[in-house]
Amino acid sequence: MFDETLITALLVGAIAASVPLMLAGIGELISERAGVLNVGLEGMMLMGAYGGFWVAIETGSVWLGFIGGAAAGALASLLMVFLCVRWGLDQIVVGIGILLGAEGLTSLLDAVTFADTRPRIGRPARVDIPGLSDIPVAGRAVFGEPYMVYVTLLVVAVAGWVLWKTPWGLAIRATGERPEAVDAAGVNVVAVRSLAVLSAGVLGGLGGAYLSLVSAGNFIPMMTGGRGFMAIVLAMLARGRPLLLAAGALLFGFATAGTTALQLFGVEVRPELVNSLPFAVVLAALVLFGRNEFLPSALALPYVRGER
Amino acid sequence: MKASDHVRTELADENADGRAGASDRKNGKTSGLSESSRTEKIRRAILLTILPLLAAILTGGLLILAFGENPFAFYGTIIDRGIVSSSGLQETLIRMAPLLLIAAGLIVAFSAGIWNLGGDGQFLFGASIVGGLAATVSDAMPRGLMLIFMLSMSAAVGAAWTIVPALMKARYGINEIITTLMMSAIGVNLASLSVKVWFLTGEQGLQIPRTRILDVSDRLPTLFGTRVHAGLVIGLVAVIALHLMMRHTTLGLRLNLLGANVKAARHAGLKVSKLIVVTFLLSGAFMGLAGGVEVLGVQGLVRAGFNPALGLVVVPLVFLARMNGWVTIAFVFLLSVLTIGGELATRQAGLPNDFGLLIVALVLIFMTIAEYFEARRVRGERTVWQTMSDRLLSRGRAGV
Amino acid sequence: MDAESTGSVRDSIAPLIEITGITKRFPGVLANDDISLSIEKSEVHCLLGENGAGKSTLISILSGMTRPDAGTILIEGIETEIDSPRQALDLGIGTVYQHATLVPTLTVLENLILGNTKGATLDETEGRRRLDELASILGADVDPNAVAGDLALDEQQVIEIIKALWKGKTALILDEPTAMLAPAGVAELEKMFQRLKADGLAIVFITHMLHEAIEMGDRVTVLRQGRVAGSIGPDELRSEHSERLRDRIVEIMFGSEAPEMGDVAELHVDVLEDHPDQGSLEEATSDAGGRSIGAPILKLDNVSLEASPASHGLHNINLTITEGEILGIAGVGGNGQAELAEVLAGQRRVDSGQIHLLHDGNLQRIDRLGVHARGQMGLRYVSDDRRGEATVGSMSVSINLVLKKIGDAPFWRRHIMQAGEIQRNAESAVENFDIRTPSADTNISKLSGGNIQKVILARETMSNPRIVIHNKPTHGLDVRTMLMVRERIRQMAAEGVSAVVISNHLEELLDLCDRFAVLSKGRVVGIVENGPDAERHIGDLMVGGAVS
Repeated sequence: MFDETLITALLVGAIAASVPLMLAGIGELISERAGVLNVGLEGMMLMGAYGGFWVAIETGSVWLGFIGGAAAGALASLLMVFLCVRWGLDQIVVGIGILLGAEGLTSLLDAVTFADTRPRIGRPARVDIPGLSDIPVAGRAVFGEPYMVYVTLLVVAVAGWVLWKTPWGLAIRATGERPEAVDAAGVNVVAVRSLAVLSAGVLGGLGGAYLSLVSAGNFIPMMTGGRGFMAIVLAMLARGRPLLLAAGALLFGFATAGTTALQLFGVEVRPELVNSLPFAVVLAALVLFGRNEFLPSALALPYVRGER
Repeated sequence: MKASDHVRTELADENADGRAGASDRKNGKTSGLSESSRTEKIRRAILLTILPLLAAILTGGLLILAFGENPFAFYGTIIDRGIVSSSGLQETLIRMAPLLLIAAGLIVAFSAGIWNLGGDGQFLFGASIVGGLAATVSDAMPRGLMLIFMLSMSAAVGAAWTIVPALMKARYGINEIITTLMMSAIGVNLASLSVKVWFLTGEQGLQIPRTRILDVSDRLPTLFGTRVHAGLVIGLVAVIALHLMMRHTTLGLRLNLLGANVKAARHAGLKVSKLIVVTFLLSGAFMGLAGGVEVLGVQGLVRAGFNPALGLVVVPLVFLARMNGWVTIAFVFLLSVLTIGGELATRQAGLPNDFGLLIVALVLIFMTIAEYFEARRVRGERTVWQTMSDRLLSRGRAGV
Repeated sequence: MDAESTGSVRDSIAPLIEITGITKRFPGVLANDDISLSIEKSEVHCLLGENGAGKSTLISILSGMTRPDAGTILIEGIETEIDSPRQALDLGIGTVYQHATLVPTLTVLENLILGNTKGATLDETEGRRRLDELASILGADVDPNAVAGDLALDEQQVIEIIKALWKGKTALILDEPTAMLAPAGVAELEKMFQRLKADGLAIVFITHMLHEAIEMGDRVTVLRQGRVAGSIGPDELRSEHSERLRDRIVEIMFGSEAPEMGDVAELHVDVLEDHPDQGSLEEATSDAGGRSIGAPILKLDNVSLEASPASHGLHNINLTITEGEILGIAGVGGNGQAELAEVLAGQRRVDSGQIHLLHDGNLQRIDRLGVHARGQMGLRYVSDDRRGEATVGSMSVSINLVLKKIGDAPFWRRHIMQAGEIQRNAESAVENFDIRTPSADTNISKLSGGNIQKVILARETMSNPRIVIHNKPTHGLDVRTMLMVRERIRQMAAEGVSAVVISNHLEELLDLCDRFAVLSKGRVVGIVENGPDAERHIGDLMVGGAVS
């Protein structure tokens, strides 16, 4: 029953599914710590998915594609920076606007650029860590992943370091709790929040690019399928701690790779139920862990100097 | 970011305390705050409503140009097909029916400060249950009775699908944006599954699983010999009745109070938890009814995977209309024109249908920008967004 | 016109900070009108004025939060523009605001180094060094690893002072620093000021309490309606008898307007309350008391509320209030006042114990009843949060007046709103309570704080109140409205309507109330009758001593 290749497949699937969640989730975590809620994260991921794919096709390089995806996501987040951080407009409304706009725009662009050609990208190169990847069962899965997986783990580690060991990180953590205090201390609240939101855009775009460049190998309109919202929930539940977020992303990854899991145990389940699983897990997680005050106090509230 | 760019409104208030009082003392007159004159009100309406619409249309036109098509021809086709042509106009009016009901559902929720973004799931459950049972039920009872029964069922089912997010918010203060979106994603899947499993027609040899087809003669009656069905009337009545309810009844004031300021609502003695649940149920009922109307009026059946995804696209319209029922009807009309006319225009231009989404998104963005400038001008006044957003995710258990 | 202080050696050296012609306008309001004054080293300079005089605006300009429309600032003789809080701090001008500017979830050390480190990583060693340095100057004991939100209010204030002085010790500005302190805490603050003065610092602090300015200030500048109404220099403060100083300041503060206040004697008594010795208390208490003690109207039996991270809760509160009585709830803010108010009003359920209200001749249990039911029985609540909780800014004055009566006749019949009745009610309220508003349909957010307070008062006291809970009923108000509110409370008590007045303004309580219950950490630590020794007893109880 515990066929080695199947378990490996499950692990690989779970890790692959967790990467975009982890990337977008860390970005959102940083943003929420600074007090900005990105309902439009899904839109930023979608922009990254399309932008990354387009750059990769045009340039022939997957690496450049990732950079393109990050840039596309950052572009979408600029709307949040100007409208919400600089001007103090409502974060939820602008977020919905970014979401709808990204869906419409990427669908449009896809039809124009790829409708006829429908290009695809082949499987990504996997990197084997010598020695470790020879461990039976888990070895190839965990230590034989594409480059991006290791990059993602690095990002998580760097995020933790930045938040707790650098002045920027301190400012970010403070801004989400009490921006008035940060302002009074002479730190530029707008700059801190802008940076945090751009991080979410860049990392969300990167996560979306992973979907098109690695997971699927092509771009399909609306391909993010709710992952942006899952990332938001992860960021909320992780209570601002990157390691918790990584663990949560992995859990959700397992839920998303659920089809494989159930096939593993020889169970035939309706695809609709399996597809619902990640969303149900989110709800359950919220009920179990999401009840207390874990969100930064100044989340989603615009800061205008002197205004209460 | 210069310090002078910001106004210390708290100080202004402190000064207003004394200053207004001071001038009162001196002159014995009422304070010099001016009333909004008629011209003021018209000016505001144009600035905040019409201008964003125009800006969005303009930007859309530029985008069309960028794709190598003629924007005038594009918009011309939209108007031609959507309004001018008789068959097109009928399609537009038909299209309005579910959108009006969805708008009603959003108005009741947003007025109470509740972000019900799960309209799609609620809509589909309403549609599925009607699609699944209508044909069978119509065998057993006269058309009128069947219609009333099925419409009620669709509303009930839509409401039922809001119970989970409603309780999560009322009991635990869990943010409903996420919960309603999650429930919607699950709902879309389960509705499709229900068609495949419970509501499947007995007929064989179908490519895509679907329910039994409801006879045309059993569907919602059409109006004045056109193809437009009674669902439009239901939608209009719903929006207008809701509009009046919100403004003149106790429930309406309670919902508005909840949406304006939770603390004040509690201070005034409102049972906040109960109101939250009531709002969700009402909103979900409208969404479910929209699904039911769509099936009973137009489709006559439900296919597995059916999802017109109307829930989110109406959101900006309702905001733009500032929860006003009459204005909402006008905007829903415009959206329908854009949708029906756009179907043809985008096909002719070789663009995908989702172009309409883009226009709607632009409307939302431009609207928030317009509100910003207006609020800057009339400083101190809280915008629609701020009052809604104040309730969300703030210190501790939101809403409880 | 500035009353120039008599010549002294110090005057011949240029002042540390010289402000000339500062003017600042906000929409509809001239907050600072051509203000000129000087701030000297080693001196405590008090800015005195009633609410709305423009004090906060001035210091927000000095602290870099606001830019003036006109005027110059000279720092050690050099003309400077203070563009931002960062720049003010760089110049060594530190400000301690009225509302806490510490981040509650961060530690003390993290709060202090926020915005104060350079480089890629946080330098904690340097931070600790500076903290020790400043703490020793202040004579304070500080734990760098304590979480800021866990500290008591006076401890937090010490941290804020340290933070204000972090980058440089030129001037320290404090906005109403004693508002949340017990008398003992105020004494501690005074000691700190002495030590800072010895170090050469200039201290500016804002207050609206006369006795504080006279006791703690070396120099007093009085602001009135945005202008400098007068100032009193160090020599005068040192030499003059305090009663004469008081009279002088009262005249500067209210000048030719005093007759307009109507009852000059009453004003005199109120203002004199700020300086409690000199027998003014007798005059005050002759107003209080003398009311007949009637039957018990409200009774709390062992009322308790569970404590939480944010609050002390309530522990075994036993209180009885009689008809026509005014009971004061004294105590430092944050010791259970808000919780007590909410439990009485019906906004919060008690965890144990009972509340009884006199109704139809009997004492009936009301702790299970909600706000609406209690309101109908005559128990009303005037909340302290006038804009955030008691009223809804986006709604009209007339709707706000019936907000607690949704569904009740005559304003609603069969759930339909009766606009005419609501309008009539509003007109009546506007007239009886002198509410200044363009119309009854105006959004209440456009009214001044004083008028909003009148609307709330109207709402709660029209239609047969029996007992009204007042939470900080006069805070942030101009003197005229303050007097009106206090007068109403007295009037109603004379007519048999009881009042529970919660306030951290001790002088006001002493003026109004028959008795006081002192709250500390959620307990009633003592009940004091109003009389000559009342203030001392209350002060003792507030800091934990027993009633002697």
